[in-house]
Amino acid sequence: MPDCILECRAISKYFPGIKALDGVDLKLRSGEVHALVGENGAGKSTLVKLLTGIYRPDAGEITLEGRRVEFRSPVASQAAGIAAIHQEAAMFADLSVTENIYMGHHARMKRVPLLSWGAMRARTRALLADLELDIDPDAQVRSLSVAQRHMVEIVKALSLEARIVIMDEPTSALSLHEVEDLYAIIRRLRDAGKAVVFISHKFEDIYEIADRFTVLRDGKFAGEGRVAETGVDEIIRMMIGRSLTQMFPKADVQPGETLLSVQGLSRTGVFKDVSFDLRRGEILGFFGLVGAGRSEVMRAVFGIEAADAGRILVEGRQIRAMSPEQAIEKGIAYVPEDRQLQGTILAMNIRENATLPIIGQLARRSFLDRGRETAVADEYGGRMEIKASSWEQAVNSLSGGNQQKVVLAKWLAARPRILILDEPTKGIDVATKARVHEFMSRLVGEGLGIVLVSSEMPEILGMSDAIVVMHEGRVTARFERGEADQEKLIKAAMGRNG
Amino acid sequence: MIRLLKRRETTLILIIAVMLAAISARAPGFLKLGNLRDILTDTAILVIVSIGQMMVIITGGADLSVSSGIALCGMSVALLNWMVPGIPLPVIVALAIVIGFVLGSINGLLVSVAGIPPIITTLATLGIYRGAVFLESGGQWVSAHKMSEAFREFPHNAPLGISNLLLAAVLVAVAAAVFIRFTRTGREIYGAGGNRAAARFVGISLARIDYLVYAISGTLVGLAGLLWVSRYASAQNDTARGFELQTIAACVIGGVSMLGGSGSLVGVILGALFLGIVNNALPVIGLSPFFQMAIQGFVILTAIIVNSVVDRRTQAALLRTRKL
Amino acid sequence: MAGGKRTLASLLARWETILVFIFIAVIVFNSVASPYFLNPTNLLDTTFSFVEKGLIALAMTLGIIMGDIDISVAGIIALASLVMGALSSIGAGPAALVAAGLGTGLAAGFLNGLLATGFGIPMIAVTIGGISLFRGIAYAALGDQAFTKYPPAFAFLGQGYIPGTPVPFELLVFVVFAVLFIVLLHRTTFGRRVYAIGNNPVAARFSGVRVQRTRLAVSCITGFMAGLASVLLTSRIGSTRPNIAEGWEMEVITTVVLGGVAITGGRGKMGGVILGIFLLGFLKFGMGLINVPGDVQNIFSGVLLILAILLPGLVARRQEAAGLRKTRDT
Repeated sequence: MPDCILECRAISKYFPGIKALDGVDLKLRSGEVHALVGENGAGKSTLVKLLTGIYRPDAGEITLEGRRVEFRSPVASQAAGIAAIHQEAAMFADLSVTENIYMGHHARMKRVPLLSWGAMRARTRALLADLELDIDPDAQVRSLSVAQRHMVEIVKALSLEARIVIMDEPTSALSLHEVEDLYAIIRRLRDAGKAVVFISHKFEDIYEIADRFTVLRDGKFAGEGRVAETGVDEIIRMMIGRSLTQMFPKADVQPGETLLSVQGLSRTGVFKDVSFDLRRGEILGFFGLVGAGRSEVMRAVFGIEAADAGRILVEGRQIRAMSPEQAIEKGIAYVPEDRQLQGTILAMNIRENATLPIIGQLARRSFLDRGRETAVADEYGGRMEIKASSWEQAVNSLSGGNQQKVVLAKWLAARPRILILDEPTKGIDVATKARVHEFMSRLVGEGLGIVLVSSEMPEILGMSDAIVVMHEGRVTARFERGEADQEKLIKAAMGRNG
Repeated sequence: MIRLLKRRETTLILIIAVMLAAISARAPGFLKLGNLRDILTDTAILVIVSIGQMMVIITGGADLSVSSGIALCGMSVALLNWMVPGIPLPVIVALAIVIGFVLGSINGLLVSVAGIPPIITTLATLGIYRGAVFLESGGQWVSAHKMSEAFREFPHNAPLGISNLLLAAVLVAVAAAVFIRFTRTGREIYGAGGNRAAARFVGISLARIDYLVYAISGTLVGLAGLLWVSRYASAQNDTARGFELQTIAACVIGGVSMLGGSGSLVGVILGALFLGIVNNALPVIGLSPFFQMAIQGFVILTAIIVNSVVDRRTQAALLRTRKL
Repeated sequence: MAGGKRTLASLLARWETILVFIFIAVIVFNSVASPYFLNPTNLLDTTFSFVEKGLIALAMTLGIIMGDIDISVAGIIALASLVMGALSSIGAGPAALVAAGLGTGLAAGFLNGLLATGFGIPMIAVTIGGISLFRGIAYAALGDQAFTKYPPAFAFLGQGYIPGTPVPFELLVFVVFAVLFIVLLHRTTFGRRVYAIGNNPVAARFSGVRVQRTRLAVSCITGFMAGLASVLLTSRIGSTRPNIAEGWEMEVITTVVLGGVAITGGRGKMGGVILGIFLLGFLKFGMGLINVPGDVQNIFSGVLLILAILLPGLVARRQEAAGLRKTRDT
């Protein structure tokens, strides 16, 4: 067994109000592919940021080849041989592939202190050929696909003679063919003696290419082992700390008439021919992996972006030129995926956030009415049990769970008939999660229809009356309650219809 | 990528060619070598300062203080030359450049260290430097007869065959071309402007780059200041008022994106030439020189709109290539 | 958490307190420079020199809070003045002139807003082109000439007093609009939306706020107020030259930032800006009293602008460090 090249011991990291990591261990070996596993918010990204020098640990130590190291900056981490490949490719879109690989360490000519483009281009071409990639070194990165950008980043890592390569959700937004290409490259990196770490919540990735894994849960170390010797259930148990069945309070409701009907919705290059119906009293789950296009579909339904083709019918009537204002008026509410950027205005207080979509209705002839606003905050803030000293408190001072409650309160105050929830429990503590699920159950009991977009299989399987699976912009499967299981979901989400 | 670059520059060359043809149809004397050389000479200072402006805009900012900087540097060396005519010219040139460097450094420090948004910083120094001109000169002008002959003749002298003024522009352009294409720092300017987070990640010191581009702009402003007052044989409180907008126009026309991260030197030079030709052609087609500003504004707006429309079209085209 | 809010509130309170102190200092300085300064009639007369800028500052406050910086306002003044001068020279009456001035301002603001929202170009970039275009048209039309024929009735707007009082008509106009803008920003749904967009335009859109329409509206309002300022200014000086109001954009932005509005948007109060208008106005007047030339006065404006941005940033950084220290100890 190869020796440990990098080891993290009892690593802790704090932020104002949160313990992101608490005494975490990690052992990486050369010539080995290691999967970093855990639910959303478990601390995987934070750990990676510590390894790449973006953050520094508040406690614990990192040793590289036995010697204790401290990465004061990303450059230091890179110099130590650690290369990170980002989920959202951190590239210079207007510059060439060659330049992206060489930015920060352009090659110079031997006798004159000038850059040698010939040498750089040649080396880039060689690196690309090594991985059998058909990319033009002079191509502007802006013109490359997401998959190609990933590849370029990997080439960049190789050009830096990295010994440890870290990837965050590398297979998201990739087509099946591209995923196979990526697996091949990862295997090649392993065979060349690199230590490869990747974050993934896809069992496919883990069981296809990982040799070992480490599980994090709520910022703590929750287990590790060899993939070949560990079953899926065991890993899941380490991830969530309990077996699947206990979590979901789903009452049985008889679905009523169709509230929302989406027919043949398409947006060029993003999603194609998406159709689904949502009935009163129903929770419709939308499963898929990152990049499948679910949020984009919901944004089109809500009117943030326009669809190029297809129809949207609310309670039987077609809505043309949907916009957020229209959607709200017609009784649709959309709780977005990115809570901090899209869901709340952090600098404003709870009352202001909670009343924003309906501020026109609450005002008297366009003049703000504090009294009515506070009443709304009282009612819906109370229903959501938001923990704050007053409604005048700024949202940025609340915990993640409470911030999400503000978003939910805001949309409930708009009295929707159709509620679209996009990853509503992402990055939230387990207790609040359960509350949100209870709440969803109650709402459909009161006659709402809910679309639940989620990447968490337990949540989708536990809460949905029917499930739609998307992959690369298309609907690949539909299931009624009880028909689906994890395997079927994954297969459909990966594009392999089961 | 080369193809894309070629599109903007070729378009400009075509437009310029068409313009020249159209104007010379009206006034055949326009295309005479002497006139063309005059146009180049007139545009020399604009080229020099626009090159500095280009680097600033690529990092995502803008240097609005260049006009006041030109006036301040110009007035300073003119006053010096008047009061101590014995100072040799090379020293004067060096002084102008140093003063410009200091002015640029002030901008650079305020932006990089103090973190003040560039447009606000340079808007403030636009006023501060202009006021300093007044303080320095006491409201007086330095006119031709107060200047030494060497000073006045400097831009017109042609020890190397072409006038010093043109020579300066050529040297600056060549130096800038080498810097921006063949040095690490030059490329890091594009990196810092294109994606700040990624730039930090690969070890580029954003503070250093932010400071540097303003310092460079200031240095070029210093040189331009000397050239300006010596060429027009006059240092006034109003020298170069409004010039900053011309430099921004040259950049925008040349394809530099106001959002930062992209822009070519050749494009900027062509943009400056374009403006130079327009300005020169005004009397020929019967418009007063007072039309300059309005045309400039119109061209800036058109160029910005074109830049943004082209951007959107390329993004949309990319989406269409994604096979679903 | 509650502690954080209290310190933030006290910081804001501190900024306005600082302003008040500076304001008092300026008054003291001015009254030392001229013994007649504190005479009520004279005091009222000083407002002539800055209420026009103040009117624009009221509108710019909306824009800057929302995240759109319009640096073409002085150019709009020139353009509107040109239109009025042209109409006056063919015999138009004061009512027509006022309408023309306001209309031109509104049209220019609309153009800026249309380009910015229609093409997704930052307002500041659009208005860099706007300055050249608007003022350029004035230069192209007038060159080094001027319009000087204005009907006597027109002069009342910028030079006249409310009958029977020493209160300038301009000042009354300013007070009326100041009240309107206070209400607009702090008491209406429109103002709430302006703050929302300035803080987070994405979340605002997701919450059903019509972002582009609001931006267009603010741009029109800014243009309109520039037109109004042009009417009063042209009336006051009785002539139109292409270099009218040169340099005003910097002063107006300085005023707004001085008044506590963050240049990055999302924060600020109209009351602070109004205080800033008077503060800067009296400061410049005082400098005029001791014969400081206009260009040199701009040195003070420039330095003030930089300081007004620097200081809040320094205080904010100290607060963040304190907040971080607290969590570690829990």
